[in-house]
Amino acid sequence: MAKILMKGNEAVAEAAIRSGCRLYFAYPITPQSELIEYMARMMPKVNGTFLQAESEVSAINMVYGAAGCGKRVMTSSSSPGISLKMEGISYIAGAQLPAVIVNVQRGGPGLGDIQPAQGDYYQATKGGGHGDYRLIVMAPASVQEFADMASDAFDLADKYRNPVMILADGMLGQMMEPVEFKEALTDAEIEEMPKQHDSWCIRPNEDGDKKHHHEINSLEIDPVVLEQHVNNLYKKYAEIEKNEISYESYDVSDDNEVLCVAWGTASRIVKSAINELKKDGKSVGMIRPINVWPYPYEAIAEAIGPNVKKVYVFELNTGQMLDDVKIAVAGKVPVEFWGKVGGVVFTPAEIKEKLEACF
Amino acid sequence: MTTELICAGFGGQGVLTIGKFIAKAGMSEGKNVSWLPSYGPEMRGGTANVSTVVSEEPIASPIVSFPDVLVALNQPSIDKFAPSIRPGGILIYNTNMCPHGCKRDDIIKIASPMSDIALEIGNTMVLNMLAIGIIIGKTDLIRYETMEEDLTSFMKAKNPELLELNLKAIKRGIEIGKG
Repeated sequence: MAKILMKGNEAVAEAAIRSGCRLYFAYPITPQSELIEYMARMMPKVNGTFLQAESEVSAINMVYGAAGCGKRVMTSSSSPGISLKMEGISYIAGAQLPAVIVNVQRGGPGLGDIQPAQGDYYQATKGGGHGDYRLIVMAPASVQEFADMASDAFDLADKYRNPVMILADGMLGQMMEPVEFKEALTDAEIEEMPKQHDSWCIRPNEDGDKKHHHEINSLEIDPVVLEQHVNNLYKKYAEIEKNEISYESYDVSDDNEVLCVAWGTASRIVKSAINELKKDGKSVGMIRPINVWPYPYEAIAEAIGPNVKKVYVFELNTGQMLDDVKIAVAGKVPVEFWGKVGGVVFTPAEIKEKLEACF
Repeated sequence: MTTELICAGFGGQGVLTIGKFIAKAGMSEGKNVSWLPSYGPEMRGGTANVSTVVSEEPIASPIVSFPDVLVALNQPSIDKFAPSIRPGGILIYNTNMCPHGCKRDDIIKIASPMSDIALEIGNTMVLNMLAIGIIIGKTDLIRYETMEEDLTSFMKAKNPELLELNLKAIKRGIEIGKG
């Protein structure tokens, strides 16, 4: 298939539809409105359902209901809207249902602004909603990756019966890059999907018996039962931690004097700085977590070469992933942080200056 | 080879479209491209700008700190971005809306009354196509044929007259670019 020049917001929507998403519920918010607009335009053409809910709370509960039917369902929003969805996300995780949630982050806290930021890392990876649960969190760094993650997110959500979040930001949502889509699933394949989930999903009793009677619930009033349930969830999360770690190594070598860690769009800017420094004979490597939960702790520890004097973390927040990097580095070398906030994005020149000071 | 371009002007002058066509043409010619617009409160009435990167290598940062080429359709755009043009880089600007010009002498400056020329061609809306023409005339970033093919494919049926005006503007721009 030929490459198409597309905004990240549109590319992820198109990829979701191709992956069999026929149900989408959301409420508009900048900077992800092109996503909801694309869904509004395209869903009727594929006999899907697009519904603009009266609020984010309502949209996420529609997702909860649709997911219970074993169908591929998605919602999207930007930071303040995602906060509103958090209760529903906790319920969906508790009820062990597959769903995909896209967060095109903007500056916060509160209403903040509409420029790109990475301030929702804690919320996405450490909770956000209440209770002991985990989301699989994928952090794209290009429009192509944003699109590819839509199909991966649906597959992972199905595989683990767990909500998956794609944690992008306003820059990825708004920018255009060439994107190549995978072959779309056929209507017949999509129709068959709920049948794979027969052991737990709710669907019409076509044959009159009650074999499709399942309870979709996150309430377990008996503490002994709930204890068992949460322990089971944790077994599942341990399995995800074993299987789903994903990261990119960029210019990591024994020559590295500094090792950078950055995620999402911030990592692109760091890459430019690394390329510039290479021209001056200065060796800097980078680990980019592609999934930010589960987190590539071991990969970071292993990437600290013999000449690395410092691990440098760059984020568009005040240092949230920094905590995970510190866990990974475990005091072996000093860890430094620099970030920009409020929707202000650092430039390659600024990152280069910070890194040069390490030599 | 990587070329970093910033296009800037008032909202409504079509600066985002300049970047978009350059990115699309670059993609058609098999290069890596990125297009990053300014968005938000500065879109209407104020200034709009877009960073476009065309490269044979995978593109790292889509944010451009030091452009190789700046297209400035108004004075605030020169004031804001011209100081960061790479030495030896190119500044293309519209003298009708940039009364103070640019004082740097370590860059190549292509100044022309772009608003007047667009009007002379027949429509002020072709201002951005004129800019694309100047870029094609001065650099080897993209080819005229790619632009013609792209414009033809989506405008010929809908608006053949506007297509002719656009192509005319690009050709005129190429002449200006070649000097």
